[in-house]
Amino acid sequence: MKKRFLALVLAVLMTAALCACGGGKSPAAQPTDTPNGSAGEKALGGEITVGIAADLDTSLDPHVSSSSAGTREVLFNIYEGLLKPDTDGNLIPAIAEDYTVNETADTYTYKLRDGVRFHNGKTVTVGDVVYSLTRAAGLETGEPLVAELKGIASVEAPDDKTVVVKLKAPDAEFNAYMYAAIIPEGSDPAAEVAGTGPFRFVSRTPQDNVVLEKFADYWGEGAILDKVTLKVIPDGQTMVMSLRSGAIDMAERLSSSQIADLNELTILEGSSNIVQALYLNNDFAPFRDIRVRQALCYAIDKHAVIDLAADGHGIPVGSSMISSMGKYVVPELVDYYKPDVEKAKALLKEAGYEKLSFSITVPSSMPAHVDAAQVIVEQLRAAGIDASINLVEWATWYDETYKGRKFEATVVGMDTHSLAASGCLARFQSDSSKNFINFSNADYDETYAKALATVDEAEQTALFKQCETILTEQAANVYIQDAASFVAMQKDVGGYQFYPALYIMDLSTMYRVK
Amino acid sequence: MINIKDRNFRIGAGITLVMLLIILIGLIWTPYDPNAMNAAEKMTAPGLRHPLGTDNFGRDIFSRVVQGTGATFLIALCSVSIGLLVGLLVGGLTGYYGGWIDEVLMRLNDSITAFPSLLLALVLIAVFHTGKYNIILALGIIFIPTFARIVRMEVARQKSLDYVANAKLMGVKSMRILFVHIMPNILPVLLSTIAIGFNNAVLAEASMSYLGLGVQPPDPSLGRMLNEAQAYLSRAPWYALSVGLAIILLVLGFGLLSEGLGGESHA
Amino acid sequence: MQYVLKKTGVLIATLLLVSLFAFLAFEIIPGDPTTMLLGSDYTPERAEALRESMGLNRNVFVRYLSWLGAFLCGDMGTSYSYAMPVHEVLRGKVGVTAVLSVMSWVLVTALSLPLGVALVRYQSKPFGKIGVSVNQILMAVPPFFLGILLTYLFGLLLKVFTPGKFIPFEQSVPRCLGYLFFPALAISIPKAAKTVKLLRSAILSEMKRDYVLTAYSHGNSRWMVIKHHVFRNALLPVVTYLAMSLADIVASSIIVEQVFVVPGLGRLLVASISNRDYPVALCIVVMIASVVVVMNYLADILTQTIDPRVRLS
Repeated sequence: MKKRFLALVLAVLMTAALCACGGGKSPAAQPTDTPNGSAGEKALGGEITVGIAADLDTSLDPHVSSSSAGTREVLFNIYEGLLKPDTDGNLIPAIAEDYTVNETADTYTYKLRDGVRFHNGKTVTVGDVVYSLTRAAGLETGEPLVAELKGIASVEAPDDKTVVVKLKAPDAEFNAYMYAAIIPEGSDPAAEVAGTGPFRFVSRTPQDNVVLEKFADYWGEGAILDKVTLKVIPDGQTMVMSLRSGAIDMAERLSSSQIADLNELTILEGSSNIVQALYLNNDFAPFRDIRVRQALCYAIDKHAVIDLAADGHGIPVGSSMISSMGKYVVPELVDYYKPDVEKAKALLKEAGYEKLSFSITVPSSMPAHVDAAQVIVEQLRAAGIDASINLVEWATWYDETYKGRKFEATVVGMDTHSLAASGCLARFQSDSSKNFINFSNADYDETYAKALATVDEAEQTALFKQCETILTEQAANVYIQDAASFVAMQKDVGGYQFYPALYIMDLSTMYRVK
Repeated sequence: MINIKDRNFRIGAGITLVMLLIILIGLIWTPYDPNAMNAAEKMTAPGLRHPLGTDNFGRDIFSRVVQGTGATFLIALCSVSIGLLVGLLVGGLTGYYGGWIDEVLMRLNDSITAFPSLLLALVLIAVFHTGKYNIILALGIIFIPTFARIVRMEVARQKSLDYVANAKLMGVKSMRILFVHIMPNILPVLLSTIAIGFNNAVLAEASMSYLGLGVQPPDPSLGRMLNEAQAYLSRAPWYALSVGLAIILLVLGFGLLSEGLGGESHA
Repeated sequence: MQYVLKKTGVLIATLLLVSLFAFLAFEIIPGDPTTMLLGSDYTPERAEALRESMGLNRNVFVRYLSWLGAFLCGDMGTSYSYAMPVHEVLRGKVGVTAVLSVMSWVLVTALSLPLGVALVRYQSKPFGKIGVSVNQILMAVPPFFLGILLTYLFGLLLKVFTPGKFIPFEQSVPRCLGYLFFPALAISIPKAAKTVKLLRSAILSEMKRDYVLTAYSHGNSRWMVIKHHVFRNALLPVVTYLAMSLADIVASSIIVEQVFVVPGLGRLLVASISNRDYPVALCIVVMIASVVVVMNYLADILTQTIDPRVRLS
């Protein structure tokens, strides 16, 4: 038993290490010499204003798994799970101080850290943890709020320091989902925003701002800044202007065209940890035909998209896997479809869609995607395909395209909730609530299920890779890139950290320069 | 009716003709394909190859401005035509027949004109959703009340004139009197309203597309391009300025025309 | 008095029609709010339950009347996007837009009256000649383009103000007004140019009247005639125009707010229209349209008070 456990720990560590290696771009690629921006001295306290491209979701419930990445990256500062990711791609203890896994990988035991407090002043108890995990896993309702937790069979607290999670089936990757937020027992996060994170939620004004304050009773090192104001700036041009004028101190996930005019600011480059693609509604009549989808893959030259829309910054991808997920990445898939307009035309002719036209829905607040979509439209035109762009507000995209699945094609980036491969791949199961592209492939479902049930790491990795290959072969989407994320900060702000694989904005390490 | 010697009219006509000429040429030929991208020539400064330089996709800005002016003009043309045609019909019939329908329609007319046109355009875009054709429809509907009111007034005035009475005596059918006899006589009066209509349509299209509710990328239109050009204001100020200039020239031309035609200058 | 009563009746009728029109416009919008609210959780049963609870199953006019009743009592419904009462969503934003509009209006008045008179006074001088042409061009500049130029020039180059850093009224009144000055300028310049033109032509046509000749014959200089006799009479159409222009100003502020990132009604209106958050959009539209209707009403009354001749026509 002991040996098996050691092997598992090692495996987890190795995964983490691999992730870390692949994580983002190495600091060498960054335009500025210091990785965290300004090299000046940290000042304690102070406040900054951060521009965000989209207003947060209506619900700030951390357990709603359909929440948008932009909301989650803010909630990362407010809520914590038993474990949390660090910048090296490891999972480090947070509310849990320590954990053990049994040898069959179906029982996880967490030991609670002493003196962790919620923002409402209460101390975290096992009751809170049981309540939170039960709620997130939907043990009482039967509908898991956090889809990844559906494997939980029971959550129990044998004593007031220990929580035992039993799984329905072995899952060596389970800890990767333990980011699930811990909230006070009996609370409704829609009504009360109380987590244990380094920042506490103060207020929000619709379409304008969200205010966070340092949580003084944080169990760990805590935040450096006293206050962070997140300002909603849905227009990419206005974001640039606000950075230039100094109205905001920082903005992340900028496109290369946005930073072009920002020479007076510190610019960091990393990976935004998203899979940007022309996501296709596989249930839209023409796209039900695999030949049409493949034709699009041949018609679009992802390298040219990266060159034109992102000035060459970005890592081309061939399937739904974040480029920094190390061992899960299948590099051969990147150029599986070599750009070939004639082939695209031939495939369309074969499928009977010589005059194909469709619309690409793009959230207007995301210049990187709008720019990529413009290039895609132009490339498709060369193949005789009439694609048009439909710009919508973020909330509309989220409601209609993502949740409502009423769209033909869309250019966006998909992120992952967890460091496990499932974070990228689970959504393409036929019955997944996140399967907004309506991808339905029995082979995929079977392979994915098999991968989840496999305990042997190498075997599991191979199965996940096979899932990715199926996505590519089936031309589920036209994959473009893991887009570069540019972070612009005023010279007197520092401490921004890139996280590998995850979509995170960690405000706790940010500081003002004295 | 039209005073060709009027200075405003002459300058306005001159500007409008030049713009029309550019638009017409742009329909047939532009130096480059306005949507064609070129990775090798991104963000170049104005020069011999590209008179206004290129944008962030390496597209020729001059070609895009020409094409965008044309797009904006076409939207204005179509929406004014919708407003004019429906306005002629509604205004003609109510003005000629009068009665309670006239009262109701005019009240309705008043309440619609109570909305500032940009606000009304936003409401209609909420109904129709964004896009080139929807903005034409929305603007067209907005122009109906203005045209209807003026047509109604004129028809009601003409109705009492001798030539209409004569036609009636000769047994000409009402419809024929209205559309064959009266309409041609009120057209000159309508000209200045049409010019103001163009003026407002250009501004409305630019505003809506600037807000992202009108023409969608990658197609150029003046409002859309102003939105795009804003990002490059310091590196390529000529981009935003040339687009702004095109809007100003169109509006100025139509404004002067309408004044020259005897209309009021304000929108 | 009868005139005022009649006008007031028309005002109320128009207000009702305007609100009905806006309500109906948002009613016929394709798509059902329930599909949007439920998203992927959509099932016909849930949708039906939600429709029932939202009162969507009732007749359109019954819904209009109940909406109107609630609206008049200050209950503006619940925002779809924010799951909070509309008045909470609007709080703070109405004031910003109102201040911006009033400020623009004051600027229009302050700029146009002296400039209009000056253009007549120096009619034959280079200032007058060039001024008229410049004025004509300024009339054609869209406010949002002017806004872009102003942000670039005063914000980014001269750094007179910080574009994007709006200071709320509660924080500092002078700094808030200082920020709003630039968007107000963008709104007011084209509007002022139109007013200048109107005032100038009103003075010039007034100058052709008999009483002006009489004034000249009493040995008054041209400037004295303008100052003491003509200006007051020429003001009438201008005052009416100014009163009515507040409506246009409110409308232009919607778009100029976007350029200057002013957190007023404009940004919210555009977002709520794109996000199909109709309770919010409807509320803003009805509020703005009501302001317009009331301003036009006041302009009518004002004109009538100043110039009784209008009563006869």
